[in-house]
Amino acid sequence: MDVLKQNKAPIYEALQKYKTMRVVPFDVPGHKQGRGNPELREFLGDNCLSVDVNSMKPLDNLGHPVSVIKEAEELAADAFGAHHAFLMVNGTTSAVQAMIMSVCKRGDKIIMPRNVHKSAINALIISGAIPVYVNPGVNRELGIPLGMSMNEVKKVIDANPDAKAIFVNNPTYYGICSDLRKIAELAHRHNMFVLADEAHGTHFYFGDDMPVSAMAAGADMAAVSMHKTGGSLSQSSFLLISSCLSIGHVRQIINLTQTTSGSYLLLSSLDISRRNLALDGENIFAKVTSLAEYGREEINKIGGYYAFSKELSNGDSVYDFDRTKLSVHTRDIGLAGVEVYDILRDDYGIQIEFGDIGNILAIISVGDRALALERLVSSLSEIKRLYMRDKTGMFDHEYINPEVVIPPQKAFYSNQHSVPIRAGAGFVSGEFVMAYPPGIPILAPGERITAEIIDYISYSKAKGSFLTGTEDMMIENIRIVEE
Amino acid sequence: MELWYTEQHTDNVRFSIKVDKHLFSGQSEFQRIDVFQAKEFGTFFTLDGLMMVTEKDEFIYHDMIVHVPMATNLQIKNVLVIGGGDGGTVRELTRYNTVENIDMVEIDKLVVDVCREFLALTACKLDDPRVHLYYEDGLRFVRSKENLYDLIIVDSTDPFGPGEGLFTKEFYGNCFKALKEDGILVNQHESPYYVGYAKSMQRAHQRIREFFPVCRVYQAHIPTYPSGHWLFGFASKTLDPLTNVDAEAWNELGINTQYYNTEIHQGCFALPNYVKQLLAASID
Repeated sequence: MDVLKQNKAPIYEALQKYKTMRVVPFDVPGHKQGRGNPELREFLGDNCLSVDVNSMKPLDNLGHPVSVIKEAEELAADAFGAHHAFLMVNGTTSAVQAMIMSVCKRGDKIIMPRNVHKSAINALIISGAIPVYVNPGVNRELGIPLGMSMNEVKKVIDANPDAKAIFVNNPTYYGICSDLRKIAELAHRHNMFVLADEAHGTHFYFGDDMPVSAMAAGADMAAVSMHKTGGSLSQSSFLLISSCLSIGHVRQIINLTQTTSGSYLLLSSLDISRRNLALDGENIFAKVTSLAEYGREEINKIGGYYAFSKELSNGDSVYDFDRTKLSVHTRDIGLAGVEVYDILRDDYGIQIEFGDIGNILAIISVGDRALALERLVSSLSEIKRLYMRDKTGMFDHEYINPEVVIPPQKAFYSNQHSVPIRAGAGFVSGEFVMAYPPGIPILAPGERITAEIIDYISYSKAKGSFLTGTEDMMIENIRIVEE
Repeated sequence: MELWYTEQHTDNVRFSIKVDKHLFSGQSEFQRIDVFQAKEFGTFFTLDGLMMVTEKDEFIYHDMIVHVPMATNLQIKNVLVIGGGDGGTVRELTRYNTVENIDMVEIDKLVVDVCREFLALTACKLDDPRVHLYYEDGLRFVRSKENLYDLIIVDSTDPFGPGEGLFTKEFYGNCFKALKEDGILVNQHESPYYVGYAKSMQRAHQRIREFFPVCRVYQAHIPTYPSGHWLFGFASKTLDPLTNVDAEAWNELGINTQYYNTEIHQGCFALPNYVKQLLAASID
């Protein structure tokens, strides 16, 4: 990384200059630097609306960058150690989809763990690629899915030598990393591309003593959610690629679905955050890690809770652990994670990232302070004092191994009809069911609906999980494939 | 030349004091600290531009936050003060020979250092052998304490900035846990008059009420605080300040106070109707 160059933020600088030029806008957007929408300008601020502008010569064009956006992409590539970086404004979802669609055509196989984000399976519906699932191990005690073990990966690769790519979470939502270096080596020996979902891995590129980043591990593509832990605005993200891929080809794929009105608010936020992390990321993430470690220590002192970390490592399906994640197992105090999540929000005014059946997850990032963390710890201590109860009868697993009957695209577009969920057992699902967050499907199109899955869905609902995915907003009916 | 300290009590109301000298200005990890000298109010100090203590009217606040709970239970031995970096609350507590231990937890050491240097009037008893100073977040300190204190006094700043955590449900719950079975919690309870402060007051009252069976509010007149009308919260597990107070016994102690007396003790719990209504109304 060239530290001198990283001082630059070309999109930000171009916008500053644009403001001083006092250009008379006879183009879109129609709010014309906020003048046409005083209420919005009052709410979001003058500065914000004055740079919400359209592509133009001095500001470049996201779909075909030749000047400041191109320069910002090159700086980002340098900062992340990638061959090229694309600035993404349609969420990391679009980056994940661009990865899969860049290397898989209709009917091509792609190897992936089943605990992928729904955006990956959505990409299969769009592209018609066929998933070959690797069963991630499950930690029985915590009820969370893990990474991929090397043995499983080898088996699946040997059985599917024609697969085009392997898709890896780096890390999972819970902070668990697979042995990405070894997976990349093995996949490349079999001429497969390695795609990494790094929605939760931005900091791997900048912090000291972090799990290996996808680019450093030799992956070919990585989708990096700069907005999640890197400080940019929601929906802004990077897609990184290695020299094994053609920049032009990947850009064409991105442009299939990306907006032609790329937001300069998002673009400048990527530019400024990249500069910040390139110059100061090491300090920032050292602080983040120490805050998370402190939180873990204090939460574990309360007793009953288990804030887990690196000790889960087993050299294989938990090859490494992201210590900036503050994941806490809550089942031993007799509360589902999602119940603790709700109590924290409703009674204590604390919003955490998610709660599942047995765990909660708090995101610690560039914006956190010790005082706020203290409130989280104290509230957890109070929740235990006030609500602790017997844990018998609680569900203890989070991952159900799916039976894939039909490829996702075929299932999605097949003839379907709706039945009450209870009546769906034995049929093939035509749609998704997932708890959000984390957004990992419980059922995906083409998978067999089983009694176990139905029980799990009703339990999650009863505990207050926010379930999504089906056409029926109440999640009482499910569309099944007519076979 | 005229130099004035001006505080914005609301967006539309200002309060100013003519200043002789700006004695100190510094920024700690948590807040900006300033000390001024003025003809009318003597030395006074502010945090983030908000009035904390003046030499002229500090006695009102410190009398009321200490003597009301102390007169309610003369058996109080172990006291926790959260905040109170100027030392005035500790000073009043040390006047009771029966008090055996005072833990004072102030998040900002610089506040204590600055008050020791410029405000000896309030900081004078911080070296009393019964006093133990801890420089940390009050929320963190109280979290690990159980069935330990007879009295907790929350002498905090407003609930924006570093004092925010001291107005939360998790804080009051942890205080409840840290108190003995006849324990008392007293806190500075903001003002009912201006809307912004009144909201904080309502919220604090509502949260305290969730934990403590006895929950009352009392008032004092403090000229340099917004509107001058200031409230204190009295919460306890069993003792009622109106019936458990032993006026005779307290008067026998011979503690010479300038504001508090045992008639005020009864009278300060009588609240104006609009304050009663605010307290009865529940807010989200």
